[in-house]
Amino acid sequence: MGLSTFEGGIHPPEHKELAEHSAIVEAKAPSRAIIPLSQHIGAPCESIVEIGKEVKKGEVVGNPGGFVSAPVHSSVSGKVIAIGDFPASNGRMVPSVVIENDSKEEWAPLKDDPDYMSRNADELREMIKNAGIVGLGGATFPSHVKLSPPKEKPIDAVIINGAECEPYLTADHRLMVESPKEVVEGLKIVMKVLGVKKGYIGIESNKPDAARIMSEAVAGESNIEVHVLQVKYPQGAEKMLIKSILDREVPAGGLPMDIGVVVHNVGTALAIYEACRFGKPIIERIVTVTGKGIKEPKNLKVRIGTPVSQLIEEAGGFIDDGPVKVIIGGPMMGFAQYSLDVPVTKGTSGVIAMTSDEYEPTEKFGPCIRCGRCIDICPMGLMPSMLSLFSEKGFYEDCKEYNLFDCFECGSCTYVCPSKRPIVQFVRLAKSMVKP
Amino acid sequence: MVAKKKEHELIVSVSPHVKSDVTTSGIMWTVNIALLPAFIFSVYFFGPRALIVTSLCIVTALLSEWGFQKFTDKDTTITDGSAVLTGLLLGLNLPATVPFYIPVIGTISAIVITKQLFGGLGYNIFNPALIGRAFVLITWPRAMTTWMKPDAAFTSFDAVSAATPLGILKEEGLAKLLVEFGDKVNLYTELFLGHRAGSLGETSVLALLIGACYLLYKRYITWHIPLSFIGTVAVIAWIFGGEGWFNGDPLIHILSGGLILGAFFMATDYVTAPSVRKGQIVFGVGCGLITMLIRLKGGYPEGVMFAILLMNCFTPMIDRNMRSSVFGARKQVKEEAK
Ligand code: SF4
Ligand code: SF4
Repeated sequence: MGLSTFEGGIHPPEHKELAEHSAIVEAKAPSRAIIPLSQHIGAPCESIVEIGKEVKKGEVVGNPGGFVSAPVHSSVSGKVIAIGDFPASNGRMVPSVVIENDSKEEWAPLKDDPDYMSRNADELREMIKNAGIVGLGGATFPSHVKLSPPKEKPIDAVIINGAECEPYLTADHRLMVESPKEVVEGLKIVMKVLGVKKGYIGIESNKPDAARIMSEAVAGESNIEVHVLQVKYPQGAEKMLIKSILDREVPAGGLPMDIGVVVHNVGTALAIYEACRFGKPIIERIVTVTGKGIKEPKNLKVRIGTPVSQLIEEAGGFIDDGPVKVIIGGPMMGFAQYSLDVPVTKGTSGVIAMTSDEYEPTEKFGPCIRCGRCIDICPMGLMPSMLSLFSEKGFYEDCKEYNLFDCFECGSCTYVCPSKRPIVQFVRLAKSMVKP
Repeated sequence: MVAKKKEHELIVSVSPHVKSDVTTSGIMWTVNIALLPAFIFSVYFFGPRALIVTSLCIVTALLSEWGFQKFTDKDTTITDGSAVLTGLLLGLNLPATVPFYIPVIGTISAIVITKQLFGGLGYNIFNPALIGRAFVLITWPRAMTTWMKPDAAFTSFDAVSAATPLGILKEEGLAKLLVEFGDKVNLYTELFLGHRAGSLGETSVLALLIGACYLLYKRYITWHIPLSFIGTVAVIAWIFGGEGWFNGDPLIHILSGGLILGAFFMATDYVTAPSVRKGQIVFGVGCGLITMLIRLKGGYPEGVMFAILLMNCFTPMIDRNMRSSVFGARKQVKEEAK
């Protein structure tokens, strides 16, 4: 109560207790790293290596295919053994480079720079771009693009997103507890690049230790504030976060930069710091491996390209009965997996193994009883009931009348629907049938 | 490799992967349970007839829904609690003394015509129980307006007929009502407890409120419709309900008739009421206005049923015109308005 938040939203069981107190441990480097050439929103990378080439840790293997794109790097040292399409966690086949690890852990030359803060904005932005940094919360939007707003859109506030509102996930939580200084440094770099005076860090109140530690970390910084937010999904969605902290609404169809705000995830902030301070590209990230189907839920620091099956092994393996479902990402927006050979990518925030306790296969869905629950909780103020009804009947154009394209598929409506209607799926269908 | 053996068994489905445990049938059964106090009071006041009338409605509801779905080759939905609810509500809306074919025919018109012929749960425009009641009221007006004096003696099967408080108020005025019940305090108390003539389940405000509070607590209903409905009735009763203006007695109007039953259990029916909150307030106010128009100026002493049915007609229009306000569009709307 009394904490800032947005209108609507839901309270799914959090299950954060499974992993929130286990400190981040380093996972073993994979014997074979599968590096997808498209780990971000935007143009895929073009491979610049060929089979047989020796690469070092941190060496670029794929160059960005456009401005909205980010390079990918090798996460191990070794030899390229395959280039081709491999299954990725979004269920698609994605062109990837496979590198056999020689276990020498040889780094490509990195530009260490203790005095990074004296560099100018363009240089810093370039370093961030070269490090292949994308939104690590799961959105995977290339970070340097967010740091290059057009002139007519002045930015006056930067928010670091530590809400971590998806149930189960605790990677950002641990990061804030264990590396608060680095996160703050990352924020300062972003503020410098954008020439912004005011920085905020938003944390849901279910992470009191993170909120305390982050507050201590910014104690001396008069222009950075920690905001404790109400626990509510999707508190960590950019638009909801901005509304909660600054009481500004991103116009329908617009971007945060339209109202002078840029949001980065805590993991991204840390990566930005490491890129500017050590010249280190994104070759690893924190992944929460959790769920009741996992023997020892953990937060692992994982090399990009590590197969998910290896992470599960490192977290003690599956419980004897095994899970019924394995999800990459959070339970609200993540992807269910059919294969555990898929690699960890920049956007992999969690691996959740759910037991039949946690996940019941969806029964047949019923008719909309017009109870209004979905309307009450839709964070975008939409009428999901109408969207699902029109889409179900094939009236896709009518969905546009009801602001179809403002839906960001957070899944809250489907969560609350007593008739178990697959509303989000109806929305996706309608979106694929009509043009915005 | 870990779990290789298990992989092919993994379920793959679209997000979200968690769902709340509230279900449609859970809601329906809960509303049934919330009506139990009123049902029990009805049996206590009106004896075995109450039990028989309501049971007939429920059994007919189940049979006709099952029969219709068998006949039209649809999956049966009789376990979802909604048919039972329609039967129970209709039963609670009938006088104790009705001949036993009335509950049966009323229920069939509720379930088959009002609900199933429109496409089943979720697609009906009118509240089924209320159409059932309207149908039998129009067809058998006399039987439907013969009321039994409440009698705690469970054994009494011979009904002593009596007028409802609203009937007395309409025909003979407040003075007569006070003669019947003693003084005002006594009148309010008897109305609140439900010791009066009326439809089976409408009389005990106390019993109804127990159920209503439970539904509010579970958030299966919200205050929007009941409060705007009852509030409107109170205001109109106060302004126009007495000798001259601003002289009426709102409490009598709130506590008598079917207002509490209607406002909390029937106007709030999800399917037939608007689903956007601000639309629900409009709906509730409309119900209140029509109720009082009928009570004060109409031919019937009671108007709750027709008020809700009439407003049911407006529900699609209200929902179309009073949409939820879209995030990011609100500020602009405000600016344009300037
Ligand atoms: S998925 Fe779309 S329609 Fe459903 S609650 Fe989220 S934003 Fe609203
Ligand atoms: S929550 Fe489900 S049943 Fe209720 S209005 Fe929305 S779509 Fe219809």
